[in-house]
Amino acid sequence: MMSPKEVAGRALAVAWKDLTAEWRTRATFNAVVALAVVMLLLFGFALGPETEALQRAAAGIIWLTILFSGVLSFNRSYQIELDNGALETLLLYPGSRKAIFLGKFLANLVFVLLVEALLVPLAAILYDLPLVRALPGLILVSVLGTFGFVVLGTLYAAMASRVRAREVLLPLLLFPMLVPVLVAAVAATAAVLVGDPMGDAGSWIRLLVVFDLIFGIASFFAFEYVIEE
Amino acid sequence: MRNVTTPTGERESAVESAGPIVELSGIARKFGDRWALRGVDLSVGPGEGVALLGRNGGGKTTLLRIIATLLRPSRGGGRIFGYDLVREAASIRGEIGLLGHTPGLYGDLTAAENLRFALRMSGQPVSMDRIREALAKVSLEGFADERTRGFSAGMQRRVALARLLLLRPRLVLLDEPYAAFDAAGIELINSYLREHLAQGGAAVVATHDLARARGVLGRVVELKGGRASIRDDSVGADPGGEGGAEPLTRTGAAPSPARERVG
Repeated sequence: MMSPKEVAGRALAVAWKDLTAEWRTRATFNAVVALAVVMLLLFGFALGPETEALQRAAAGIIWLTILFSGVLSFNRSYQIELDNGALETLLLYPGSRKAIFLGKFLANLVFVLLVEALLVPLAAILYDLPLVRALPGLILVSVLGTFGFVVLGTLYAAMASRVRAREVLLPLLLFPMLVPVLVAAVAATAAVLVGDPMGDAGSWIRLLVVFDLIFGIASFFAFEYVIEE
Repeated sequence: MRNVTTPTGERESAVESAGPIVELSGIARKFGDRWALRGVDLSVGPGEGVALLGRNGGGKTTLLRIIATLLRPSRGGGRIFGYDLVREAASIRGEIGLLGHTPGLYGDLTAAENLRFALRMSGQPVSMDRIREALAKVSLEGFADERTRGFSAGMQRRVALARLLLLRPRLVLLDEPYAAFDAAGIELINSYLREHLAQGGAAVVATHDLARARGVLGRVVELKGGRASIRDDSVGADPGGEGGAEPLTRTGAAPSPARERVG
């Protein structure tokens, strides 16, 4: 039985390995950012030039963009294990495989938050959003929403990792499960961005916390079974 | 048998028991409608190296993956280090080193970083001296800071061998270990196996190339029709010969010593 310190040490090793490998090439990061920018522009074109309409839709656009672009990072997370047969070596290390899940989750969380750090200011410019005023609330909602998204994404990507059509299968499996997080994150983001006359933001944020806890705990314990062949 | 961690972090195996390290009974595995293994019995004791023969698709890799706890058998069971192969797999894993068809390296990490990651994941102290020493043993001391993506297949397998040298697992499972190696690489693998077996470790080596394992592995087990049969007593006695096989139905097992929990 590994101590929490040992689990944390291994999780950090996995996260360091994933982030270092990505930092060296930035192949996925560049592709994800490019996709996110294109999506923001396309949504802008589709909704027309009316600033008010864009601002009303901005929360949904931002989160859908995060979802579609984030899925690419989850696929990458397991692709680097499959490239040289590294997954088998990884699974043979001693101790709990929960450490692998935590490490992959941490790396994916950092990755998606970095993408958001570029995406949200760009959306603010394109859609004329009050970024500075909304920044503290936006950071809180982004972190909570991203946590739920990434924790489920990391689990489902492990599930899809051994399937040939994993790029297609992952969003098909993942997106329906994300509906509660998406609804809460979009509502909370909208409340933060365009005002909160009904005082709903707090309820949505609490709901996000609950989803994060449920999904986090369930994914943490389910991973060992999911990664078994 | 137990593992001792020295102040430098090296694990040293100490043989305390003559109990088998691997003891499989009636292992069968089905993929879809096809049985890859139909009932394999196998026993490997401390200091024993077994060559696993068989044609392509004969189940050698499947058997290695089952022993490594990466694949569950459809039927049958066994004990590794005295632990149940399925129910106590987590207790087995840290003591197994697997070198499969692929080296299991991260191409965008350097050779040294790959080995450092292996040490951290194994819970062993990270020592750059040990990493450099392991790379020197596989003649890659000048490549420690280069990304493994640019390495040839043989160099990548040398890094994977350096990982085995560092982690010192008690049971090594090698799948076609001589593939992609030049003559010097083959000698590296054989020296590693000799040292590993002399220290009381065990090895199961799937190979088509018995001649290269001459004088290293003690017993040949052939997988035929999903079952194991003993071919001869020593690789050294019949290094490359295809004849002389004496199939014994479901008797790949060596004389089985008393079961005894080890580790």
